[in-house]
Amino acid sequence: MRDLFRIELLFSAIRLTTPLLLAALGGLYSERSGVINIALEGLMLAGAFTAAVVTHFAGSPWVGLLAAVAAGVVVALLHAVACIRYRADQVVSGTAINILFLGMPALLSGAFFASNGATPQLAKTQLLPVAPIVLAFALVPVTWYVLYRTRFGLRLRAVGENPEAADTAGIGVARMRYLAVAISGALAAIGGAYLSTGQSSLFTRNMSAGRGFIALAALIFGKWRPVQTMLACLLFGLAEALSIQMQGVTRVPVQFIQIIPYVLTIVVLAGFIGHSRAPRALGLPYEEKR
Amino acid sequence: MSIFRRLLFPLLAVLAAFVVGGILVALIGDDPIETYQLLLGSAVSWPDGIGYTLFYATPLIFTGLAVAVALRAGLLNIGAEGQLYAAAFVTAWAGITFPHLSPWLLIPLACLGAVGGGAAWGAVPGVLKARFGAHEVITTIMMNFIAVALAGYYTQYHYKKPGDPILQTVEIGTNARVARLGRYLPGLPERIPLNVGFLLALAACLGVYLFLWKTKWGYALRATGANPRAAQYGGISTGKQVVTAMAVSGGLAGMVAINEVLGYRYRYYDGFSAGYGFTGIAVALLGRNHPAGVLAAALFFGALLRGGLFVDIFTEHVSKDLVQVLQAVIILFVAAEELFRRGAGRFGGIGRLRGKV
Repeated sequence: MRDLFRIELLFSAIRLTTPLLLAALGGLYSERSGVINIALEGLMLAGAFTAAVVTHFAGSPWVGLLAAVAAGVVVALLHAVACIRYRADQVVSGTAINILFLGMPALLSGAFFASNGATPQLAKTQLLPVAPIVLAFALVPVTWYVLYRTRFGLRLRAVGENPEAADTAGIGVARMRYLAVAISGALAAIGGAYLSTGQSSLFTRNMSAGRGFIALAALIFGKWRPVQTMLACLLFGLAEALSIQMQGVTRVPVQFIQIIPYVLTIVVLAGFIGHSRAPRALGLPYEEKR
Repeated sequence: MSIFRRLLFPLLAVLAAFVVGGILVALIGDDPIETYQLLLGSAVSWPDGIGYTLFYATPLIFTGLAVAVALRAGLLNIGAEGQLYAAAFVTAWAGITFPHLSPWLLIPLACLGAVGGGAAWGAVPGVLKARFGAHEVITTIMMNFIAVALAGYYTQYHYKKPGDPILQTVEIGTNARVARLGRYLPGLPERIPLNVGFLLALAACLGVYLFLWKTKWGYALRATGANPRAAQYGGISTGKQVVTAMAVSGGLAGMVAINEVLGYRYRYYDGFSAGYGFTGIAVALLGRNHPAGVLAAALFFGALLRGGLFVDIFTEHVSKDLVQVLQAVIILFVAAEELFRRGAGRFGGIGRLRGKV
């Protein structure tokens, strides 16, 4: 048991926290503007798949990352148009996006690589360095500053808390929301890109394995605030790191270890949600009066 | 709303999805018309086309009803997948553990395992929502991963034939098998796995209709979904309704096990579900959360699931995953129905789900 708690565990936890944190911060922008983003899982998969494919063809993970961001923004805007312009139920629309990216990568990788949902293995030199880790953790103070110290942040929060008042004050509610959802798409996609071209070296079917939903749980646990959300993500990252380290060392069957992050997510959601207050207009469509 | 209008929007959603899918197929480099012919054209032949379409539609009727019942209570159950896995394992366990019981006892017992296993797995997120406010969309997804992992563990360490490289249990006793319809229907060969489960699915459609619209429990459930605050004010315990809805939903999803375990594979098999739980979402939304609509939508998706196999074999690039993409696009179009009704005002639809995620 003592073998478990070494410094490697901490490094591993930070690595595993990174995609969660990127997705959760993305979710934070979207949800603070009033748009539920259950699509984080699908956005991560979109980013992961695009990054793996483009890196394979272009040879550079940076080009892959850029393409992933573009894909994330496009897919997120799909969700945004459905929710904002056509007032779709935001949870249903997000679920559609998630199902879309269970199927789409499999369809496209079948066409590109004649494979069953996986992309070709990338060389070690074609993988992203630590940049996404640095980016994810640097984005925490940046998001805090943007949210609480800039005009953009004030408007974002106003739109999510009280769109009528924001509208009256001359803020374009729809415009802010589109922007926020686009940001969430970009960040979740970077998280996904790190999964396929950083932590691992190819895309495999459904490789996010629920991380988009865990990120959402972390966001709720973190009360939709950047620093608390980071701490929640670290908790889940640590659980995942422990679960991976335990697999070689203990005699507990692997299936019981694998479910640790999922059980923890449920426990956290059930145990702490009562203390968490959502943005007031979260999930409600708004029609501008002007 | 007139029947015409009720049918119009789902049909438009399907049509729009097929246009999007067709463009995608063309971009990938196959012929869209030919692909759609493969996808839909094989469904109408007798006996194979119709037999297999009905067989594939059976689990979708169950999961479609499951999602529809939850949606009527204002809940999105995306955990039908985990509920049917939990149920399938319990069902197989009953069939393996009591092989010598008479079929008259064993089959009802195994069916009870299917419904009970699914209901229990569904009730957990219900309780978590009612008691703690944990959103069902996150908890049901987590429960999916947990169900597959636990069933995998018990299969691997306790119920597998030693040395079997496949993650599956030993066979259930022959007394637990339900009959294939080919035994009774002249012209339908018994190799087609269409079984009594399909008849149960039809009965479930009727049962759900009666439950939702002809009982006070169904009324309370729908009232909770339509307007929880008003329902509470009217003396309905909405928390209890949330748990009931999730348990009923899980029980319906669990009935997939009757079709798959008792009527088809005769064992628990890891990964047996072709995403039935997720397709159930598309089935329910396309069927406007009504049992008759669910039945029609399940037949449609059943045909697609079977047609997907031909797409896999006969097109050069496109795979059966096209079906899942079409599903997602259909859900998106149904959700954003206002796209088709600009200026027509807002009516019907799926309403707005409860809770903030």
